[in-house]
Amino acid sequence: MSTLHTEEMTLNMGPQHPSTHGVLRFVVRADGEVMREAIPDVGYLHRSIEKIAEKVGYHGFMPYTDRVDYVCAMFTNQGWGMACEKLAGIEVPHRGEYCRVIAAEFNRIASHLLSVGAMAMDIGAVTPFTHAIREREMINDLIEELCGARLTFNYMRIGGVAWDLPPGWREKALAYLDHFDPILEEYNALISWNKIYIERLANVGVITPAEAVNYNLVGPNLRACGIKWDIRKDIPYSVYPEFEFDVPIGDGHWGKLGDSMDRYVVRIREMAESSKILRQALQKIPGGPVLAKVARNFKPPAGECQIRLESGRGDMGWYLVSDGSGYPWRVHVRTGSFAAMGIIQKLSAGLMIADLVTLIASLDVIAPEIDR
Amino acid sequence: MESLQILERVKNKFADRVLETSEKAPDPFVVVDPKSIVEIGKFMNEDPDLAMDCLSNETGVDYKDRIEVVYHLFSYSKRHGAVLKVKLPRDNPSVATLEGVWKSANWMEREIFDLIGVNFEGHSDMRRILMPEDWIGHPQRKDFVEPAEYHGISTVRESPIIRLDTKKK
Amino acid sequence: METLVQHLIASGAFGKNASPHLIAAIVVFIMSAVVFLGVAFPFAGIVSWAERRVWARIQSRVGPNRVGPQGFLQWLADGVKHVCKEDIIPDESDAPLFKMAPYLVMLAFTLPWAVMPFSSSLILADLNVGILYMTSVTALTVVGVLMAGWASNDKWSLIGGIRSAAQIVSYEIPAGLSIFPVVLMTGTLSMQGIIRAQGWAPQHWFLFANPFTFVAANILYISALAEGNRTPFDLPEAESELVAGFATEYSGMRYLFFFMAEWGNLFIIGAIIATLFLGGWQFPHVTKNVIAMNILEALTFNVKVLFLVFVSMWIRATLPRVRIDQLMTLCWKYFVPISFVNMIGTAVWVAIWPDGNSLMGYIMLAGAIALGAVFTQRVIYYLRRSRMEVYFNPTI
Repeated sequence: MSTLHTEEMTLNMGPQHPSTHGVLRFVVRADGEVMREAIPDVGYLHRSIEKIAEKVGYHGFMPYTDRVDYVCAMFTNQGWGMACEKLAGIEVPHRGEYCRVIAAEFNRIASHLLSVGAMAMDIGAVTPFTHAIREREMINDLIEELCGARLTFNYMRIGGVAWDLPPGWREKALAYLDHFDPILEEYNALISWNKIYIERLANVGVITPAEAVNYNLVGPNLRACGIKWDIRKDIPYSVYPEFEFDVPIGDGHWGKLGDSMDRYVVRIREMAESSKILRQALQKIPGGPVLAKVARNFKPPAGECQIRLESGRGDMGWYLVSDGSGYPWRVHVRTGSFAAMGIIQKLSAGLMIADLVTLIASLDVIAPEIDR
Repeated sequence: MESLQILERVKNKFADRVLETSEKAPDPFVVVDPKSIVEIGKFMNEDPDLAMDCLSNETGVDYKDRIEVVYHLFSYSKRHGAVLKVKLPRDNPSVATLEGVWKSANWMEREIFDLIGVNFEGHSDMRRILMPEDWIGHPQRKDFVEPAEYHGISTVRESPIIRLDTKKK
Repeated sequence: METLVQHLIASGAFGKNASPHLIAAIVVFIMSAVVFLGVAFPFAGIVSWAERRVWARIQSRVGPNRVGPQGFLQWLADGVKHVCKEDIIPDESDAPLFKMAPYLVMLAFTLPWAVMPFSSSLILADLNVGILYMTSVTALTVVGVLMAGWASNDKWSLIGGIRSAAQIVSYEIPAGLSIFPVVLMTGTLSMQGIIRAQGWAPQHWFLFANPFTFVAANILYISALAEGNRTPFDLPEAESELVAGFATEYSGMRYLFFFMAEWGNLFIIGAIIATLFLGGWQFPHVTKNVIAMNILEALTFNVKVLFLVFVSMWIRATLPRVRIDQLMTLCWKYFVPISFVNMIGTAVWVAIWPDGNSLMGYIMLAGAIALGAVFTQRVIYYLRRSRMEVYFNPTI
């Protein structure tokens, strides 16, 4: 039989698409269902936030940091605060640090819930998404009571947090955690042993530990490859050394080590760990002020510094260059999603188009973080 | 190892290529010769004591008289990090790519090329990443002036503030 | 249907000089219109409302509840909205094929209603190849879907169309092979014949007649779901990958045609299973009144079919979707061999017990009741534990 004439299709998984997490575009060269390559094209959400910092000054930049990653806004706030504090040598009061940790860990749970729910929806099950959003709504209500906003919080300031915990909030938060822990078990039971999920997730997008480190993957993506690395434990900041918690890593239980199932399982377990930290923090929170005294026209000394913190998507690196004036000279955020996009082109060879969606969802890529 | 010790190692090995060091900064750094960045990078990656297996952050900074590319290196196995810097002239800044050593440099260098204008020699895919492909200029430079229009869309608009004294009926 | 008409003609209801063939033709015509327009199409619409309510409850939300009592008129509102939409035909598409594709899919949905056995005398045409006719015409969907995918001039639609064609054609085989055990047990392909061979009590249903037909029933149900493009096999319209698959370029009523066909197919799937395995309209003979018996039988049939429709919606809300290669693996490597085993097993069974083995019916029914009891107990356990005790009323 003479060879058939076959052609590769070039498809465009365009910026408007129900399942890419944010405005992303992939140019997919596919041979039928199997892809040869998926070339990501980012930049649809570029708002030049880093350049805006040079215009609005140190205090004024805090709301902009929310928009760097709007699902994990507490962490971006904390990152900016920590960068300025490290450069200027400001110490955050103890209660302020506790408030920061509490807000951040609630945000981590909310972010992971959204990630897991959206991943389930991309795979086809619509129900876990609504259940995750239901839980997330309760966290949003709690945080709304704390700082007034549900998504872009602007809660932290340079030197601490803006407002103290409202009266009665502690009890509500503890009640929520009592409600949340069994729900997490239920979630796990619904999804993690479902044969169809396992078939869709296991052995898809396997990343070896060496590759993960070389491509600078961070956060749950890195831990799923078996590397036990968490900034909260390994380069401790804030008051994390005072809490006892574990760092879950992937173990290749359902497929190969470092596949999408591992990344999913690590996120579920991290939510349980966050809940542990929250309980300890809410029990142990000391009294005192929550905001250090920082000048209105804040002028850190000239120099540069880099801080790293463990955001919902991994190690977020904030690099700040100051020239001694009231406006930063250069701000740069290196986010986990940026690095994760870099590895997709290499991983996509040989996957099917359905797997590309699973891969993006399991890497927990958020578009504003990539483009800033 | 402490950052300072790491930088001592680098200084000892590449004495003539290390141009400046700074120990007092919150994150101590060394400035190296742009032509030897790949060699130094490889050394830091492969040396068993340094074992910098991760390029954690690569940033371009535009000072008024020069452009700097800052490399934050990190080692997961040894749990230590160090900062390298390269100083480039403002017109036609160009340095060799570190993509061969750390794959994470690929996208980060594309971003620096896009926004600051540093050309990385030997990069496999040197094109804009965040701005549109036909954009002219490098937005994060300090002397960047926004073009008046892009594809017929004006980037300037009249001030939307309505002055009460000139309000027409 | 024919007997009823002949009965009416013989009793002189249409006058003395009426030609029987003309009367029969006119009556069939009117009854077809009643069935298609009065039962099939509204059902397809109502199922969309029902599906959204069932989904909503499973997803812990409410679903449409504003348009009409309990949101019951939502489907009418959707229909009116879609009819009022602009009819967009893409510029470079193949316009005649593009327009014809939804009609073909609708045809595949409409034709099986001709042999739908609602009760012992309410069937439009009691063909003696009823079940074969039903499976054959439902396969017309392939043509429509392929045409839609190709004529849309859109690579994503094309992928959706090809996936769907591969899926439907592949799953025809286990479906057809799973009908075979029932045919072996009854010796006839006609719908009424198969139903009459079962009894009204569960132990006389073919579902519990022997283990092979039990497995065949499950395989038939899953294959029929796959043929109807329902989750977990809804790759052709995989919303998160292909927007709407082969129907992406369609808007307005053309788009709704595809989905009415899909929703209406739920009834057909349920009807096939109910006829073949669940005893159809069989109801204990409690009254001699023909009309009352017919009504009771029609109700029984509808209850069984609607239960299966509910199970289809339940499955769609719960399970994720499989990938195309996993779907093909499932069909060819698992279902086809199992179907062959069923066929041969039933043949052996029928050879050994030509008149059926009612003991096996009782045993399997007992097993099914035990399974049902375990399932109900688990459901009650989880319902009790899932009550949420925490409601937040933020002060803002």
